Amino acid sequence: MTLPTFTAGEDLRGWLERYERLQLLRVLTCGSVDDGKSTLIGRLLHDTGRIYEDHLKALEADSRVHGTTGGGLDLALVVDGLKAEREQGITIDVAWRYFTTARRAFIIADCPGHEQYTRNMATGASHCQLAISLIDARSGVTTQTRRHATIAAMLGIRHVVAAVNKMDLVDWSEARFREIEREFLGFCARLGIEHAVALPVSALTGEGVVRRSNVMPWFGGPALLELLEGVELPGPGDADPFRMPVQVVLRPHLDFRGFAGQVTSGDVRVGDRVRIMPRGTEARVARIARPDEHGGDLDRTQAPVSVVLCLDREVDCSRGDVIACFGGTSDMRVGRRIVADLVWMVDAPLVAGQSLLCRVGTRITPARVVRVIHRLKVDTLAHEPAESMALNDIGRVELECEEPVAFDPYRVSRGTGAIVLIDRLSNATAAAGMIRTGDPTERGAHWDDQALDSVTSPVSGVSAAERDARWAQQSCCVLLHGPPNTGKTKAAFSLERALWDLGHDAVVLDGQGMRSGLSKDLGFEPGDRSENLRRAAEVARLLMGQGRIVIMSFVAPQDDVRERARALLGPERCLFVHASDGFDVPGIVAKLAARGLIGRRTPA
Amino acid sequence: MAHGLTHLEELEAEAIHILRETAASYERPVLMYSIGKDSTVLLHLALKAFAPGRLPFPVLHIDTTWKFREMIAFRDATAARLGLDLQVHINRDGLAQGISPITHGSKVHTDVMKTVALRQALSAGRFDAAIGGARRDEEKSRAKERIFSFRDANHRWDPKGQRPELWSLYNPRVHPGESMRVFPLSNWTELDVWLYVWKHRLPVVDLYLARERPVVERDGALIMVDDDRLPLKPAERIVRRRVRFRTLGCYPLSGAIESDADTLEKVIEEMLLARTSERQGRLIDHDQSGSMEEKKREGYF
Repeated sequence: MTLPTFTAGEDLRGWLERYERLQLLRVLTCGSVDDGKSTLIGRLLHDTGRIYEDHLKALEADSRVHGTTGGGLDLALVVDGLKAEREQGITIDVAWRYFTTARRAFIIADCPGHEQYTRNMATGASHCQLAISLIDARSGVTTQTRRHATIAAMLGIRHVVAAVNKMDLVDWSEARFREIEREFLGFCARLGIEHAVALPVSALTGEGVVRRSNVMPWFGGPALLELLEGVELPGPGDADPFRMPVQVVLRPHLDFRGFAGQVTSGDVRVGDRVRIMPRGTEARVARIARPDEHGGDLDRTQAPVSVVLCLDREVDCSRGDVIACFGGTSDMRVGRRIVADLVWMVDAPLVAGQSLLCRVGTRITPARVVRVIHRLKVDTLAHEPAESMALNDIGRVELECEEPVAFDPYRVSRGTGAIVLIDRLSNATAAAGMIRTGDPTERGAHWDDQALDSVTSPVSGVSAAERDARWAQQSCCVLLHGPPNTGKTKAAFSLERALWDLGHDAVVLDGQGMRSGLSKDLGFEPGDRSENLRRAAEVARLLMGQGRIVIMSFVAPQDDVRERARALLGPERCLFVHASDGFDVPGIVAKLAARGLIGRRTPA
Repeated sequence: MAHGLTHLEELEAEAIHILRETAASYERPVLMYSIGKDSTVLLHLALKAFAPGRLPFPVLHIDTTWKFREMIAFRDATAARLGLDLQVHINRDGLAQGISPITHGSKVHTDVMKTVALRQALSAGRFDAAIGGARRDEEKSRAKERIFSFRDANHRWDPKGQRPELWSLYNPRVHPGESMRVFPLSNWTELDVWLYVWKHRLPVVDLYLARERPVVERDGALIMVDDDRLPLKPAERIVRRRVRFRTLGCYPLSGAIESDADTLEKVIEEMLLARTSERQGRLIDHDQSGSMEEKKREGYF
């Protein structure tokens, strides 16, 4: 729609080479009706490039008929494309805009702020790295603003910019701007948005949009465009796990079998070991194939290139599978159950038991809604219990797929952690989802993960007999579990004191302590609780390896997960006590003694 | 999205991904080939997407019988050189009725020989997905169209009832009789297309380059006299001018521009300095504001 600036007589080849190498930044713009969003985008396009004369003429004609600027050029009309939009003066659907400056190429996903806002926002946000939230300086932070920031955060956008617009209508007031800035940044902090910033602008006059403003000398920050051009995008991340969902298998002749797909995360080299997920079959990358006329084979490739991989052996691999790296924390999860945050996008509500089609990567599989876990109240960020989800609701659900699928949590990998749900009858796209975790009882929770072959357990120079002689104890674990506020932790420390007074050596591990550090990346979903207990049990295992009595106090609500902990630590060394049985400290000490886990301390 | 690719490489990767999704999701996809620069890039990307395999779908050209002769020659040479399964469709009913841009005007001609013809060809071929080279930056109503754009059994587009499109998780599903229009170049700009043609040295129709050609001046536009079907009005005279075309279509409806750009580089340079858009020369867009949206609702690409 606009052209980048090129001056007559400039060296064309040099210019094109620079243009070609420009990095692409995908930007989302969102705001409520009348925040001046379309005007802002019109301003960005108008002031950074050239609008063709025929487009400008059409714009002038449109401004006379539909404009809101008294017949003057209404920049909003650059953006509103559909007839109904010009007639009603509103933006109905996500519109895509393109412009280039000397420093970057931009794609703007312009999202309307009124009806369907959540659905449109989520759509735009799924494609973008940065979000601009328009705020009318007169009305300040509104429910809509909070909703926009929440959706941006949910979809993993790390850069959120509040463009505080219509500063001309509040007399360019610094106090007003600072007030809005404080409130906005505070809300973003609660959402965990890493890079949030507020800028004062006037889209109507152009102040603070492309160039810094002279009428707001109190503002030392950049103009909006400067900020967009300067935002640092993450470079190729070494830590990103390699993922390539298989789109098509190419078999042009008997000697060639290539797996075509787009790398969604990480990189891969010829010779790398990979697994075909969800089956888990292992192979090595033999070729990253490219015919000579397209530049010849590659040694290495990376996201987001579309490639063809050949493997070193005959393996079962077809559309829907993912070719992935593995080992350590880079394993994909596999299972039928997934827990995901959803944005519900159709009129008919989502209810438990409903059957849909679930698209993960290139696999489309039938899935059933097991339950709605909660609905999000966007204003307060509170979770409220819910049985169903209505149009534009945001909430968390558990799904059960008809077949095992390979996936990653969305925060680890977007390409294999995002899902789309499709209505089986109408084929409508019913929901967008971000996978949180898998089912707690499936291998996703790491209980069944194997340590690397090369890992060996070191042997301590102090023997079990020596420890027993000093402490008069066998290593063991006491788990105090039950709902919050039932006195678990208090009982744990009373038990520690009692054992200490008897001359034993005990250590307390409690849920809060775990979550303050080792498990601070986990939430409170079943999978997260499972993982938290697994980590605690692994710490207990290490401590028990050195003769300690470990007292654990955890909510640990899942029977199956507790049984896994028991199996890991050895049933004969475990004593699990539930809150409903009462935490009778002398009684527990007696039980440990009766099982021979503690004895009378022999004086040294 | 962490990567060090250039924006052109990123656009290429995205387009190839879309082309492969289409081949994998439909029984009878078809690639719409209009012979122009966008089609040229699209065809190149399609071949690349499936190499070393063959193109897994046919290539369809809707011939209005009023295309430049050079376009038809280029089309046939390209199909032969690349071994394409080229299918050409002409609306025989329209031809029998003598529909022409000259007697019936651009609106009727485009509707019958292009839009209706396209619907005929898609129905006859039972194609469930038609891949086109349209870009979102071309025109305002295109800016809101999906990459996988649903069409009902009558090939109609409902701009207000479009499916949300998130990440690259396209929803390809259609019922029998319904179809999808797929636009792999959605996120490309006109400059990106030319840059790609230039960088990869893709052959394009010579009409894009400035040559001395016979033209008449009509309603402020320069119309090339490509054959003897163009009746001259009393005051009109055929003159030879150095001209080229920014977009190619039916010759009586394509306005030429006077130019000295006889190489691709000069064409790009001229475009960068141009004052009017590429669609300016297309007579069909100017009938009314929103005319493209209307045509698209009726099944036009």
